[in-house]
Amino acid sequence: MSTREESGGVLSSVELNPLAVVLGSLAVLLFADLGRRLVTGKLPVSTLATFLWEGVVFGMAIGLAGIGLAMTYSILQFANFAHGDYITAGAFTGWLAAFVVAGLGSFGLSGLVLVSDTVPTGELGINVFATPLAVLVGLAVASASSAGLALALDRVVFKPMRGARGISLLIASVGVALALRHALIVLFTGSTRSLTTDVPGQTVAIGDGSVTVGAHEVTLVVVAGALMLSTHLLLRYTKLGTAMRAMADNEDLALVTGIPTERVVRTTWLVGGALTGAAGFLIALESGSMDPTFGWDLLLLVFSAVILGGIGSVYGAIVGGIIIGITRNLSLVWLPSELVLVGAFGVLIFMLLVRPQGLVGGVKTV
Amino acid sequence: MTPAPLGQLLGALRARLDAVRGVVGNRQVTDGGTVQRTTSDLRFVAGLALGLYVLFLVLSLLGGFQSAEAVTSRLQSVTLLALVYVMLTLALNLQWGYAGLLNLGVAGFAAVGVYTMALLSLPADGLGLGLPLPVGILGGFLAATLLGALAALPAIRLRADYLAIVTLAFSEIIRLLIRSQPASEFTIAGQRLGTGGTDSLDLPPNPVKSLLYENPDQGAFVAVENPTVIGDRLFTAGEAVGFGPSLVERVVYAVLMLAVALLFYWLLVRVGNSPFGRVLKAIREDELVASSLGKDTRRFKIIAFAVGCGLMALTGMLWQMEGGGSTAPTTFEPELTFFVFVALILGGSGSNTGSVVGGIVFVAVLLEAPSFIQRIVDTQFGVPSAPETLFDAFTGVDPFLGYFLSDTNISALRFIVLGAVLVYLMHNRPEGIFGGRTEIASPIDLSDRSGTEGDES
Repeated sequence: MSTREESGGVLSSVELNPLAVVLGSLAVLLFADLGRRLVTGKLPVSTLATFLWEGVVFGMAIGLAGIGLAMTYSILQFANFAHGDYITAGAFTGWLAAFVVAGLGSFGLSGLVLVSDTVPTGELGINVFATPLAVLVGLAVASASSAGLALALDRVVFKPMRGARGISLLIASVGVALALRHALIVLFTGSTRSLTTDVPGQTVAIGDGSVTVGAHEVTLVVVAGALMLSTHLLLRYTKLGTAMRAMADNEDLALVTGIPTERVVRTTWLVGGALTGAAGFLIALESGSMDPTFGWDLLLLVFSAVILGGIGSVYGAIVGGIIIGITRNLSLVWLPSELVLVGAFGVLIFMLLVRPQGLVGGVKTV
Repeated sequence: MTPAPLGQLLGALRARLDAVRGVVGNRQVTDGGTVQRTTSDLRFVAGLALGLYVLFLVLSLLGGFQSAEAVTSRLQSVTLLALVYVMLTLALNLQWGYAGLLNLGVAGFAAVGVYTMALLSLPADGLGLGLPLPVGILGGFLAATLLGALAALPAIRLRADYLAIVTLAFSEIIRLLIRSQPASEFTIAGQRLGTGGTDSLDLPPNPVKSLLYENPDQGAFVAVENPTVIGDRLFTAGEAVGFGPSLVERVVYAVLMLAVALLFYWLLVRVGNSPFGRVLKAIREDELVASSLGKDTRRFKIIAFAVGCGLMALTGMLWQMEGGGSTAPTTFEPELTFFVFVALILGGSGSNTGSVVGGIVFVAVLLEAPSFIQRIVDTQFGVPSAPETLFDAFTGVDPFLGYFLSDTNISALRFIVLGAVLVYLMHNRPEGIFGGRTEIASPIDLSDRSGTEGDES
């Protein structure tokens, strides 16, 4: 009997492993090829460093945006497909505020309020050095509005469905995503608008070339890092954080222990929403332009990050975000730029198939 | 219309709906045989379609379409789109309604079918292999089925929401690959192949063209000079009622699609009532029980998923070959998948009749009606040019209404309504219009215990 079980165990592990082995060896091959390209000089060290730096910048943004998704995933147990549009909504209201602060008096209010592409951004001249106040106000408004929006939508859409199956909530969130995105299009029009003026970047010499480090890239990394650290402190050292972790672990048990679960849920939306809005604002700041669908276009990448790190884990989301960011940019070594997303989504599928519990490993730490 | 007749109409409609759903008052009507129910379902769908045709006829006339040709042309495109959604919804119902597999990759699997067919059947001096169209269609169907199985094989043991994300990512990968530069034109063993990249790709001439024209490969204007015997008859008949050859061709195509849609429905009802379908329903209700009864639930789910993907591909091919017969990667954005989902949830997942009704109602009310209404308002009230921004709409002299009726905004408003409908349905009627009906897994009615009760009394 025991031998049969044993052989069954071996069989099942063999059944699972070929995929992991094939894909794993593919990864090893890719790294070997990367080394070969570096040694033969096909890929200059500076280019590789640029890819890595841009990957880290993008990864920090995705990781920050992913925290909110991971939080709602772990506490409410559903994949929120509207999360991408929370990013966009935060960015638009944030930039509305930044435009008004920077341009009030010199430009027509209607163009500023609509973050219109008719406003000459060159003359408006928003960047972190020239108009730090506008950027700060924009960041604050973006966080506040996304938090408010997340709370309001929870009240209207998700609260009546507490306790429903995750799939029902997922489908409802698809509805929220569609409505929200197109409400933004009606309000702000669908055009792509440019937002900032260029700031001269700092060049760092590496190998035979150099890496340009932009001021907005540094802003993104620093602000995102600070927000991640505060989230860590919040979860680790406050009563609220303990309550959230308890709820993610076992909701019934948390309720029995006297944790006001409904209030924790509201706080989760609040904190997650604020971080999401900040991420949206920073992503738009770094790229220098935005349109009403950019959050939706990022959603699958954010999902990739959250799943990669292990759904429901905030630290996992951060790590996952950085890995996804680096993967996306590093795949430029082999893939044309239009296919880099394919690389990132490939990592997502690979991860779900080989290790669905994520890198951090099935522990829901919030 | 005064409110009283409207209320009466609604009451009558609700009674009719209840009768079809098999509920009178609170009691289940046990009519036993599925045949009876299928017939009454079909009658209901036919009635619904007829009612919508009358509605759209009125809307087109109000919207200023005068000639019979213009009205028919408009109705044909609504019909065709409705049939496409009915077929996609039926296929999705097999996966989500019966097997409980959340597939968010509908658009991707349809794209696989369309582009595989194009690669196989486009002329060899173009971008294809020059194989006959039936081979191409079969190839497209098989490719999507195989890919579906391949995607489902490892993903099926994951949680439902993981499967949703995997399939969505899968469909996006397919779309990105199709529109990428390397795929737009490549050469394998000396044969030039390609997807056309971001541009639209002309597909091989559809079967209806071959039926009507001697040389379907030629452009429509040249081909019409040389019709087949059937084509000649139909074109003469069309001329009598004032239809040009291209409209005749499109009407014939819509009839073909109707036939295929009926075939889909028949097939899926048969599948649902077969031992295979009963296992699927059992899995949906409780997978543990089904597997405890010795059913290999994984195998059943993979087959259902793969067949559903194949049917989606088939629908996609028939859809894209219609009319001018060209396709583009923008057709297969995730929106398409969500549309089909709304249609399925509207109709009620788990019910084939519900899928049909959901597909029809979705296309008629949510997709097509807004543009009709926009046109009516345009022609009847003569709204001046739309203001550029919302701000102008509020503050300027330009009318408020005009802003919301511009082409881009009417399409955006449609999405907002769609989202709201989806949320409303999940709140108030997650089972859909037809979902309240219990589809009994066993071939005989287990709730009918009159025989045993009679013995005891």
